[in-house]
Amino acid sequence: MTAVTSPRPPTPASRPGRRRGPSGLDRARRREAAALVMPSLLPILVLSVAPLLMGVLLAFTDAELVRQPDYQFVGADNFTRLAGNSLFWDSFRIGMTWAIAVTLLQLVAALGLALLLNSGLRLQSLTRVLALIPWAMPPVVVAIMWKMIYSPNAGPLNAFLGSLGLPDDINWLADFSTALPAVIVVGVWVGMPQTTVTLLAGLQQIPPELNEAASMDGAGAWRRFWAVTMPSLRPIVTSITSLNFIWNFNSFSLVYVLTEGGPGGRTMLPMLFTYLEAFKNRNIGYAAAMGVVLVVVVVLLLAVYLRSQFRDDRAEKKG
Amino acid sequence: MRVLVRPAQYVALACYIVFLGFPLLWLVSASVKSSAELNSLVVNLLPQEWHWNNYAEALARQGLVSSAGNSAIVALVSTALVILIALPASYVLARLKGAIRAAGVGWILVSQVFPVILVVLPLFLILRTIGLTDSLLGLILVHTTYTMPFALWMLQGYVAAIPVDLEEAGAMDGGSRLVVLRRIVFPLLAPGVVATAMFSFVSSWNEFFFALVLLQSPENYTLPITLSTFIGGEGKVALGPLAAGSVLAAIPSIVFFSIMQKKLTGGLLAGAVKG
Repeated sequence: MTAVTSPRPPTPASRPGRRRGPSGLDRARRREAAALVMPSLLPILVLSVAPLLMGVLLAFTDAELVRQPDYQFVGADNFTRLAGNSLFWDSFRIGMTWAIAVTLLQLVAALGLALLLNSGLRLQSLTRVLALIPWAMPPVVVAIMWKMIYSPNAGPLNAFLGSLGLPDDINWLADFSTALPAVIVVGVWVGMPQTTVTLLAGLQQIPPELNEAASMDGAGAWRRFWAVTMPSLRPIVTSITSLNFIWNFNSFSLVYVLTEGGPGGRTMLPMLFTYLEAFKNRNIGYAAAMGVVLVVVVVLLLAVYLRSQFRDDRAEKKG
Repeated sequence: MRVLVRPAQYVALACYIVFLGFPLLWLVSASVKSSAELNSLVVNLLPQEWHWNNYAEALARQGLVSSAGNSAIVALVSTALVILIALPASYVLARLKGAIRAAGVGWILVSQVFPVILVVLPLFLILRTIGLTDSLLGLILVHTTYTMPFALWMLQGYVAAIPVDLEEAGAMDGGSRLVVLRRIVFPLLAPGVVATAMFSFVSSWNEFFFALVLLQSPENYTLPITLSTFIGGEGKVALGPLAAGSVLAAIPSIVFFSIMQKKLTGGLLAGAVKG
C-alpha cells in the first residue's frame, strides 16, 4: 500500500514564476497539511486522547459520580483496595477464560471455513454471504436472537436435544455451569466472519506454485497445510489473533444483553464489572483504577505473545 | 482417498452453514409466529400460521419508531461529519511522508484496541460539563470521533491508489492545489467515499455501549437501547414483535454490508500486515 506513494520528486528549480524558494514552499505545504488535518485532530484530542489521560488520573482519586464532584488525590489507594477485591479478580478470571476461549475457537473455526471457501466448492457465495451477516448485525439483535435459541421452554436447541433423547430442560443462560460456555459460543458466532475474511484474503495471497511444488514432491494435503499454508499465513494469524483477543477482552454489549453478567456473576466480564462499579455504584475513581489494571494486563500479555511469535519467526528463518 | 475428500468437505461446509444460518432463520421465523405458538412446547422452524401482525405490532410499540428515527439521525449526521473531516486528513495521511504519517497510522492502529471502558468515564464527565450527556448531539460527536480512525484508514488506502502523476499533471496545467483536489482527486475517490460512508453508518447504527452510558431519557434512546429495554422484563415482552423489531433493526446494516462486501475483504489487516 505504501509502495504507491513514492516520494515526491523535488520541485524543479527552473520552474518559472515562483518567487518562493523550496523552504518557503515546504512551509506553505506544511501549513496546508496542518489545516487539512486539524479538523480531524480536534475531536480526537478532546474526546479520545484527553479522556484517556484523564482516565488514568481518575484512577488515583476518590471521585464519585455525583452532581458536584469533589475529587481528592488518594495515591495508590484504589489499587491496594483492588488487590484485595476478590470479586474483581473472579471477574478478571472469567474475562480471561472468555477472551482466550473465544479467540482460539474463532481462529480454529474461521481457519476451517476459510480453507473450505478457498478450495473451489459449490455453495460458496451462499456461505460467503452467511459468513458476513453476523459481522453486520447490531450486537443487541444478535443477543436477542441467541436468547431465543437458548430459551429453556420454547427454544430450538432444547427441542433438538429432546428429539435426540437428551435432556431438554437446560436453562442455558441461567445455569451456573452452562452460562459461560453458552455466551462463548455466541462470541464465536459473532467474531468468526471477520477472522474468516481476513484469513481467506491471506490464503489467496499464497502463490499456487508453492502448493503445486509441494504436491510434486509427494506431500499430502495434511503435510502441505503444515509445511506451506501455515507458515505463509503466520503473520496474518498472529495479527488477527492479537486483535481478536483485545476485541474480545473489551467486548461488552453482547454479554450485557445476554446475561447482564449473571447467573451469580458467572459471566461477569471485567468490562461489565467496571461499568457497574462506575455507573451503578458511582465510584468512578475506583472504576478507573480497574480500567487501568485491565489495560496494563492486556498490554503486557500481548507484548509477551508478540515477542514469542517474533522469536519463533526468527528462529525459523535461521534454521 | 481423493473420492472421500470432497464429500467430507461438503459435510463440513453444511455444518458451517447451519451454525451460521440457523439462528438467523430462527429469528426470522419467530418474527412471523403468533405468541401462542412461540410459547408452546411444540417447536417448529416454519410457523403454523403466518402472523405478519408482529411487524405492525412492533412498529406500533412505544418508542420503536422514534428511537429508529434517533438512530437514523445520529448515524447520518455522524457519517457526514466523519467523511467531511476525514477526507482532507486522509489525503494528507496518504500523500505526505514523515512524522505526521507515522503518528497518524500509529494512532489509527492503537485506536483499534482502545480501552473504551477507561475512556468512557472521563468522556462522560467532559460531556456532562458541556451539557451534552443525554443528548443526540453528544452521541453524534462521540460516534464521529470513534468511527474516524477506521474511516481514515479506509480513505487513505483509496487516496494512495490514485497515481501522484495524475495530480502533478493537473498542477502543470495551472490548477491550484484546491482545484486539483476538487477536479481530479475527489471524483476518483467517490466509490471509496461511498464504502467508507456505509461503514460509518453501520458502526453508528449498531453502536450500543456509548449510547447506553450517555443517553438517559427514553425519548433520546437509539434503536439498540430501546430493543434492549424490551427484553428486560422477561415476562411482559411479546417475543413475536421483539423478533420482528430485531429483524427490522438489522436490515439497514445487512444491506449496506452486503453492498460493501468486496471492499471489506482483506480490510484492516491486509494493509497493516503488508504496509
